[in-house]
Amino acid sequence: MIDTGFPVLSALIFFPLLAAIGLFFLRDERTIRLYTLVVGLIEMGLAAPLFRFDLSTAEFQFVEIMPWVPAWNMHYHVGVDGISILMIFLTVLLLPLCVLCSWTYIGKRVKEFHFCLLLMIGACVGIFSALDFVLFYIFWEAMLIPMFLLIAVWGGPNKRYASLKFFIYTLAGSTLFLAAIVAFFVNTGTFSIPELMTHEYSFRFQFWTFLAMALAFAIKVPMFPFHTWLPAAHVEAPTAGSVLLASILLKMGTYGFLRFCLPLTPAASEYFAPLMITISIVSILYGGAIALGQRDMKKLIAYSSVAHMGFVTLGIFVFTMRGVEGAIMQMINHGITTGALFMLVGAIYERSHSREIADNMGLGKYLPAYMFFFGLFAIASFGFPGTNGFVSEALVLIGVFEASYLLGALAIPGVMLAAAYMLRLGLKLAWGQPSQAATWKDLNIREWVYLAPLAVLVLYLGLMPTLALKTINPSVVHLLNQYESRKALHLESSLQPEPPVQSIQLSATRGTDQ
Amino acid sequence: MIFQIELFIPELYLLALIGGLFVLTVGPQSWWRFLRYLPLAAGVGIGVAALSFQFSGLMLYGAYQVDGLSQFFKLAIFLGLAVTCLNALNQPTLSEEKRPDYFLFLCLSALGLMLLSSAVELVTIFLALELASYSLYALIPLRSKEPAAAEAGIKYILFGAVVTALAMYGLSYILGVHHTTYLSELMTKTWSWSEAPAALIGLTLFLGALFYKLALFPLHFWCPDVYEGASNETAAFVATLPKLGAVVVLVRLSTLLDPSMEVTMLLAVLAAVSMTFGNLSALVQNDLKRLLGYSSVSHAGYVMLGIVAGTAAGLAAAAFYAVVYLLMNLACFWVICRLSTDGRNLKLDDLNGLYQRSPGLALVLAVSAFALVGLPPTAGFMGKLFLLNSAWMEGYHWLVIIAVLNSAIAIYYYLNLVRHAYTREAPVTASGEVQAVPNPGLLWGGLLAAAVLWLGVAPATLFSFAQLAGAAAGGVLP
Repeated sequence: MIDTGFPVLSALIFFPLLAAIGLFFLRDERTIRLYTLVVGLIEMGLAAPLFRFDLSTAEFQFVEIMPWVPAWNMHYHVGVDGISILMIFLTVLLLPLCVLCSWTYIGKRVKEFHFCLLLMIGACVGIFSALDFVLFYIFWEAMLIPMFLLIAVWGGPNKRYASLKFFIYTLAGSTLFLAAIVAFFVNTGTFSIPELMTHEYSFRFQFWTFLAMALAFAIKVPMFPFHTWLPAAHVEAPTAGSVLLASILLKMGTYGFLRFCLPLTPAASEYFAPLMITISIVSILYGGAIALGQRDMKKLIAYSSVAHMGFVTLGIFVFTMRGVEGAIMQMINHGITTGALFMLVGAIYERSHSREIADNMGLGKYLPAYMFFFGLFAIASFGFPGTNGFVSEALVLIGVFEASYLLGALAIPGVMLAAAYMLRLGLKLAWGQPSQAATWKDLNIREWVYLAPLAVLVLYLGLMPTLALKTINPSVVHLLNQYESRKALHLESSLQPEPPVQSIQLSATRGTDQ
Repeated sequence: MIFQIELFIPELYLLALIGGLFVLTVGPQSWWRFLRYLPLAAGVGIGVAALSFQFSGLMLYGAYQVDGLSQFFKLAIFLGLAVTCLNALNQPTLSEEKRPDYFLFLCLSALGLMLLSSAVELVTIFLALELASYSLYALIPLRSKEPAAAEAGIKYILFGAVVTALAMYGLSYILGVHHTTYLSELMTKTWSWSEAPAALIGLTLFLGALFYKLALFPLHFWCPDVYEGASNETAAFVATLPKLGAVVVLVRLSTLLDPSMEVTMLLAVLAAVSMTFGNLSALVQNDLKRLLGYSSVSHAGYVMLGIVAGTAAGLAAAAFYAVVYLLMNLACFWVICRLSTDGRNLKLDDLNGLYQRSPGLALVLAVSAFALVGLPPTAGFMGKLFLLNSAWMEGYHWLVIIAVLNSAIAIYYYLNLVRHAYTREAPVTASGEVQAVPNPGLLWGGLLAAAVLWLGVAPATLFSFAQLAGAAAGGVLP
């Protein structure tokens, strides 16, 4: 555990919230944008102490804990491990980029827009660092309100329908999650997540709590039958809203699976794994197939998200070292590439005022820089070797093949579908018949500034994923060891219990040999 | 027994206020300008009630108990009274000559509720309840030139009278079987169906009177009609303070209820039906006050979670939620009263584009709507969480599941308020300008909203007071 003396995580959570209040005193639109940009840069600076993260341990680090509601044993308790720290970095990085990509896109009610943006970022950092169940739930729900407003106020023509659907779907899903939290509390007398992980629960209890939590997470991810809110929300949301939705919000679901379902309900996770794997594979194939037929660029990328997130849940529920590592890498990578693709769609929308592929063709000749970025993020999206997408998808697939050849064989067509729809989109944009592309300007400096960092990350994580993998490895090893030992305890409790030590060592060697 | 005056300070203070108001009603009209200091005086009452926290004791031959519970609710009643008085100062539908009488009745009703919070004897409870009700019977029809107001008044009086009669009848049964009306003695008696069926019937009938006040299903039917008929300001009072009174008596009576008792199960079922029915009916409402009326039916169901749990923790949660409900409902009504400058009933469409006309009021509305849903980080969420915790602890899993599913239903109509305020365009005048809201009274609404948010982020202090209240009622420390 690192004690820096400086409350890094609290600063990251509350600085944007406090800065949001500062917006009330600003009038001029340009000042508001600049102010938020500076806030974003300071926020990035505040995240710098997180680089002192100790790579050798799976313990929660930068922990802050203080009493909150003593009567109910609630604490303000935050901390990060290898699974959450990368998500926090991504969240913090996205704030200035979102401000930049909305610079000319958002024309009305600028102050409120940036207010919502800052609230979102604060809540999202809170989600990934909360170690108290109630605190987690508060951030989890609180972030819905600014997102709802982002879609409902600054969205496209169907914004009312899309925002309502988004809000009701996700909130209805998480109400049962609240019941599960209450059940955990009454069972153990604590809301502390690390403490809850040390308790044992009966299978019956795990069965129901897993279902309640998994519903909330599956809607957020979104997994196949619960995905219908996503295309509507993506298409209608403004660029920054789509970026945050794709890069961070969807990850909350998979993060929930990793943080709660596996450690707290291992036996039920094992029991439901076949179902979750089936749904994941259906998501991959269905999302890919639907994406192939889209004419709207945003819709295409939205459906591709369903497929990509299917890989994440697939990697999680095969319970292999590489599968889970790949899943976490895919969470980060999907955040980077899909976020960037949405920014690119937003950039071209500002030029053509249309998201139809047919209206935006022939860019290869007239907007080469734009096509360069588009091509890079598109190949990263379908997992071209050398890009970050390759690392994560390869890891997930290796993990899946380790678990079962059949499952691997079923997931492989998803990769081909991804290549097909992304290449189809890229080809049409680059070499299709231009309609008005000749009159458009290529990327300006502002657009370069927000795309370049993401492009660097794509190549960095693609060519040198070592540091990221090292960061997540101890936590994944710990997670799986804990999972294996406790699952074994439950499933074999009626038989001769196997000493858990053995399986821990077994997995530990599996974890370090790569 | 000696009459200890220090135990009676908040009531005496309010009585003095009422005396002053009485002088105003009979005095010349030039004195009426003092009315505008009434909210301030009621605000001072909050401090007075806070000071009296240190006292506790039993008086009036054991019928009147001053303890954590009663003082907690007296504080809350003063708070609610101050806000409603402030809210009602410029009530547009009240004819000028009735103004002092209006406030006199408001304060009288508050006094009744205050007595209610200390009463520990059934007849005293009954009398205090009637004092609170009679004042409201006079208040509700005080809306000039509105036939619906008369209808609402008659409905409230008639149904109130029937329920009163039933409660009296129930009281006679309890007295007949157990030969006492003191709660402390009743606690020691048996309340099982097999041994004392008549007493149990009596208790159920007596509870009916409280359910009527609380608007719990199946005694909720008056609620939407009365809200709709009464003026906005009166509805704000009727929707909040009498509920507090009902909750405090229910908390007291819950010492009689044993979790294994048949009545407790009946209450749990009523709570579930009340939540579901209230929410489903609210879905189709277009009139804002009717919508809030049905929403209060569902909130009555939520409060019952804590009462049904019956533990000190559950009672504390119910007390906490009652105060939170007071705050968030008052915030919501505050916006309605400010918007309805001519005193008419508002429809959902009247909220259109509120963010343009008054961004502050729109924010207050959004905060209170999200609090009523029970969405974090508002006090509504914390209150609901405490209630769910306490009910789950006592094994009412099904009730908790129904409660959380109900929040999912409730999202739709509360979110509708926010959607109309934020995503619809404001109506424009002939010259193409957006109609601004005159005299927004923003500061007070903002303070209410801030309190709702603050209690969501830091509920510990208020909850520890509520715990005192719960412990005082349950007789057990958490």
